[in-house]
Amino acid sequence: MQNTVQDTQKPRQGFASLGLDIRQVLMLGVLVVVWIAFEILTGGLFLSPVNLWNLSVQTAVVGITVGGMVLVIVARQIDLSVGSVLGFCAMIMALLQVSPPLGLGLSWVVALILGLALGVLIGAFNGYWVAYWGVPAFVVTLAGLLIFRNATFVVASGRTVAPMKQTFSLLGAGSIGAEATWIVGLLGMAFIIYQALGNRRSRLKHRLPVRPLWAEWVVNGVLILFTLAFVLVMNAYTYPGTNIPRGIPIPVVITLVVLIFLAWMTRSTRFGRYVFAMGGNPEAARLAGINVRRIMVQVFMLMGFLTALAAAVQAARLNAATAGLGTNLELSVIAAAVIGGTALAGGSGTIVGAALGALLTSSLQNGMVLMGIPTEWQNIVLGIVLLAAVFYNTVFLRNRRA
Amino acid sequence: MTPLVEMNNISLRFGGNQALNDVSVSLYPGEVVGLLGHNGAGKSTLIKVLSGAYQADSGQILVEGQEVQIKTPQDSQRYGIETIYQNLALADNLDAVANVFLGREKVRGAVLDEDVMELESRTILDRLRIRIPSLRVPVANMSGGQRQSVAIGRAIYFKAKCLIMDEPTAALGPEETRKVGELVKALKAEGVGIFLISHDLHDVFDLADRITVMKNGKVVGTVNTPEVSHDDVLGMIIGGVMPKHLPSA
Ligand SMILES: Nc1ncnc2c1ncn2[C@@H]1O[C@H](COP(=O)(O)OP(=O)(O)O)[C@@H](O)[C@H]1O
Ligand SMILES: [Mg+2]
Repeated sequence: MQNTVQDTQKPRQGFASLGLDIRQVLMLGVLVVVWIAFEILTGGLFLSPVNLWNLSVQTAVVGITVGGMVLVIVARQIDLSVGSVLGFCAMIMALLQVSPPLGLGLSWVVALILGLALGVLIGAFNGYWVAYWGVPAFVVTLAGLLIFRNATFVVASGRTVAPMKQTFSLLGAGSIGAEATWIVGLLGMAFIIYQALGNRRSRLKHRLPVRPLWAEWVVNGVLILFTLAFVLVMNAYTYPGTNIPRGIPIPVVITLVVLIFLAWMTRSTRFGRYVFAMGGNPEAARLAGINVRRIMVQVFMLMGFLTALAAAVQAARLNAATAGLGTNLELSVIAAAVIGGTALAGGSGTIVGAALGALLTSSLQNGMVLMGIPTEWQNIVLGIVLLAAVFYNTVFLRNRRA
Repeated sequence: MTPLVEMNNISLRFGGNQALNDVSVSLYPGEVVGLLGHNGAGKSTLIKVLSGAYQADSGQILVEGQEVQIKTPQDSQRYGIETIYQNLALADNLDAVANVFLGREKVRGAVLDEDVMELESRTILDRLRIRIPSLRVPVANMSGGQRQSVAIGRAIYFKAKCLIMDEPTAALGPEETRKVGELVKALKAEGVGIFLISHDLHDVFDLADRITVMKNGKVVGTVNTPEVSHDDVLGMIIGGVMPKHLPSA
């Protein structure tokens, strides 16, 4: 039988055969330029191990939540309550573990689990109104923004609740040490190779087109080099007055696990597929037999879970919960998602892109702080970057449609 | 022989608009029933009741003689009914493979089996002989004919007992339309029952065993194709009257 589809499938040439997302490559390029520029402007401070280590920690809270926001936006929704929910969950986790009379003095594990459950519950609440009652997510989560910010104040009467249990505070500022960092790095590299081989073998077995061997080497080689560089940098920053390397910060381990999991989930599971289908054409998703309401609630539950996880990291890092914790965080998270190529119209976005978006925004912030640029100007710059990204996305999409 | 599908006395209102008014149609295995009527006659609404997209206000649906409740698209699929919607109902941001399998993905454990789905999509789309250079680009970037073939591929992959085709050739050229015609004949020979909605009288006369004409949400009548002329059917569509020489089939 003549195979019409296969016959017309022409192999891709040159750069295209790398099979990369152009937008992500471009973002990576922008990131490199920004890093080099800051390195020069700060006289060598920016790319020092200390600063890169700090930068990675500073990226954690947005990094943990941004993947959830990508899915929310892909599903044509928005979550404005992230900052307030983070504040509220952090406060509850603090109240549960801080010693009496201020708190209940429960174990940190119990506090963490209850805090995460609370986040999931709040997400389910948001999602319920959106999915089953058709209330616009903008309104539901705007209400959440008001409710949970002020509830945070009310439950602690405006006080700062501290200190956290010692083990808990490691979530925010601890690190895993040199050996574990090497193990994580080597596992990461092994995984990259395993993944590449597995994919290629499967596609060859099914006689599907694969990218040329040299392209596999380039793409996976670069990924492995990144992993190696990351391990070396994290181990180059030592505890003060010693030469004991710190290794990867625990909040960064959490962030990486979350992002890798979400990237896998969006690409390789039914849930991820359905979120994109709902964003692309909700009616088609419904007619295909997808339970769009349930998926929508689950998307918000995931967002709530990630927000609570970020709350734990944030409170642990501060070793306290304050009434204002997480204020305006939703804006940074949405900005990172959009800068990372997530389209507000829904149906399009990637976890990797958003992770790069989060890294770019925190790099800009970190670099400008090092340069002594006042907060007002930092925010103006971030606003301009956001506009530029949206403009680029719009043009990019228009060209692709044409 | 029991009909594959019977829809009896179906009525459905959209606000003040009586879109379906006491409509009854039937379909036998290996039969093609053409549904004809002006725009707004209620054809799409009728088949959406069968596909689970809408629920009728009143009426009864029987599948192979058994009364069934079709409340969701899943219910309809479960009874072996597949639908190609007039607007195609594709997720434009997803590729052809994802669309063919949407809602019924092949998985290994929790993981989508992309390679197998790609292979099977290719096989099914080859059957339609419509050229699709890559199955891995978003269907938004495809031509009308390619999109239409993805929607058709999606419906025929799952081995339906009853296939609903709502204007399946609207975006196709003459050559592609001919291929869809061949496909309809092949499926009919396999015993699939097909509701075919089309604006093209020639196509319907070529493919349909019976023709049901609708007007203003009501059935004008059902006739056996060999017993009527184009003018008879046009009279039913435009005038809403049965041909003089025939009782309703
Ligand atoms: N979702 C809907 N809401 C309100 N009215 C609708 C809807 N779908 C169809 N209608 C109305 O029902 C009638 C029948 O439409 P339709 O079934 O699409 O006709 P056809 O497919 O025969 O052209 C029209 O008057 C149309 O405006
Ligand atoms: Mg119609």
